[in-house]
Amino acid sequence: MATATEIPFTRAGVEGGVPALMLAEYATPGEVLHAAEKVRDAGFTRWDVHTPFPVHGMDKAMGLQDSRLGWIVAAAALTGFAAAVSLITYANVIAYPFVVGGKPPLSIPAYAPVVFELTVLFSAFGAVFGMLGMNKLPRHHHPVFESDRFRAATDDRFFLSVECADPKYDEQRTRALLAETHAAHIEIVEDNEP
Amino acid sequence: MSYSAPIQDIGEKHLVVPGTTFRRITEGVSRVTENPAPRGWWILFLTALTFLGVLGGAIGYLFFRGVGVWGNNSPVGWAWDITNFVWWVGIGHAGTLISAVLFLFRQKWRTSINRFAEAMTIFAVICALLFPGIHVGRVWHAYYMFPLPNSMEIWPNFKSPLLWDVFAVGTYFTVSTLFWYVGLIPDLATLRDRSINRVRRLAYGFLSLGWRGSNRHWQNYERAYMILAALSTPLVLSVHSVVSFDFATSVEPGWHTTIFPPYFVAGAVFSGFAMVMTLLLVARQVFKLNDLVTITHIELMNKIILATGSIVGYAYAMEMFIAWYSGNQYERYAFLNRAFGPYAWAYWTMISCNVICPQLFWSKKLRTNIPLSFVVSIFVNIGMWFERFVIIVTSLHRDFIPSSWGYFHPTPVDIATYLGSLGLFFTLFLLFIRWVPMIAMAELKSVLPEADAHHGQAHHDDHAEAPAHAQEAK
Repeated sequence: MATATEIPFTRAGVEGGVPALMLAEYATPGEVLHAAEKVRDAGFTRWDVHTPFPVHGMDKAMGLQDSRLGWIVAAAALTGFAAAVSLITYANVIAYPFVVGGKPPLSIPAYAPVVFELTVLFSAFGAVFGMLGMNKLPRHHHPVFESDRFRAATDDRFFLSVECADPKYDEQRTRALLAETHAAHIEIVEDNEP
Repeated sequence: MSYSAPIQDIGEKHLVVPGTTFRRITEGVSRVTENPAPRGWWILFLTALTFLGVLGGAIGYLFFRGVGVWGNNSPVGWAWDITNFVWWVGIGHAGTLISAVLFLFRQKWRTSINRFAEAMTIFAVICALLFPGIHVGRVWHAYYMFPLPNSMEIWPNFKSPLLWDVFAVGTYFTVSTLFWYVGLIPDLATLRDRSINRVRRLAYGFLSLGWRGSNRHWQNYERAYMILAALSTPLVLSVHSVVSFDFATSVEPGWHTTIFPPYFVAGAVFSGFAMVMTLLLVARQVFKLNDLVTITHIELMNKIILATGSIVGYAYAMEMFIAWYSGNQYERYAFLNRAFGPYAWAYWTMISCNVICPQLFWSKKLRTNIPLSFVVSIFVNIGMWFERFVIIVTSLHRDFIPSSWGYFHPTPVDIATYLGSLGLFFTLFLLFIRWVPMIAMAELKSVLPEADAHHGQAHHDDHAEAPAHAQEAK
């Protein structure tokens, strides 16, 4: 097992900044998955894994709860449904009742297509904007972007980041913990004070 | 989430050429947007741009003179414009089928072609939306289609299939665009991180929304993607069904049939797959992506073309049968006239291209033959255009009273508008190929065997849930 001093270690980031996070780099999804299990079991709370694609089993390895996005979409779907019913009823029953093709102004079967379409439309908005909202995106500034090595996180490298603000964080001990996980490289990223 | 299960676990084999690495995917796909465009791209782009100019001229003339510059006239009030509309919407459907339906069925081979097909969907729907918009005549009143409060105190009629179309196609365009963009976010981040100049870094950085591959984000992202796929699947079926209601709910022999919604959807998928095939075979050749888009992908797509082509053939036969079985003389006449009347040439072109030609793909040798696949895909595109032309024009041209019979002749403006819409489509498509990753890199990486966290090991399942004592530091 490699010790902390044998693994390449660098500091990167804004000059004169304060340490923001510790970044461990891995070559394979398997290594970062096992590293995530260790960090999870060590009780860290403010940490993350960065991968070029979603790694199967990582949610469990990080101890994450199931995504709650479905509830946002359900609420959006109901809103879309209600909006469509109200729109059609207002337009064709209240504001401008007009008999076309012998059908009465309040003709429920004719509601189906537009109600369906607007329910889908609102749900899709709920899914996309709900996802961005839960992920707090767009966010164009983040300490990880101060690391040049991190550019490979969208190519073929796998990263684990522990925030220095985590209550369990201790530079020496966290570095030793990450060193035990077959990290290929460890880096401290510095950023301006928040 | 089970969708991200490694390919080994769901019994799939290699989906790209064995030995492909994550880096090879990043390089192969990104370099298309980074290197100077090949000469072939410029030739195609300038050609497409010329046709786009033709479209601009044709539409400008139409707006200046009015709809009379087209060949539409009583009794054929709907002609090439609506044919083109239905044709383009139909082409779009394959994109959604590949991105959503195949996703839900865990057909992982779709990852090589889904980005491409989704882009095709969006551009085809843009071309489709153009036609009803310019067909309304006084285009400055096109906003009447939308339920907007106005000083005349009148509202659109929500019992009209034409209004349903506005909502169906509008929703389809919006949801397809959102779906496409969500899929693009991680790949735009890849381009951002590879960019060597400031303009690219800022542009791709802005569009990638600060994506950092965080697993906490991937979790919600994957859920959003799955929900969008689940929403798009009934949506895509509804869109062409609603388009077919434009015809099916009218009391017009030849249009008034209940088979229209499923028949239109099958035809849409059929024509869309043919268009994906046409575009993919060219792009694969020009940009040398043979090891990411393999012969297996082409064979699977040809199987879908064969299946949907046969469904369409069945629908043609069933329409004929029902026309006879109905005992209604107008219905019988409409179909006999379709097959043996003045438009018999169009009808039999349609049958040859749509029903006979895909039957070649029963042979494995033929469906893995690339030049033949290309030729068949072109024939199917032509055949499906004729299908819409046959349905629309042959049903209208002989009205109930023989004194109002007629024969439709397209004018040069009709032809210029149609060719121009191809120019619009290809201009958008070529710009897409140049500036956007045309293969979904993040998704394709996730189907490599190396993406499995236990690649190269016997499968083991000792990853327990976080233990209760995990809060204690070791």
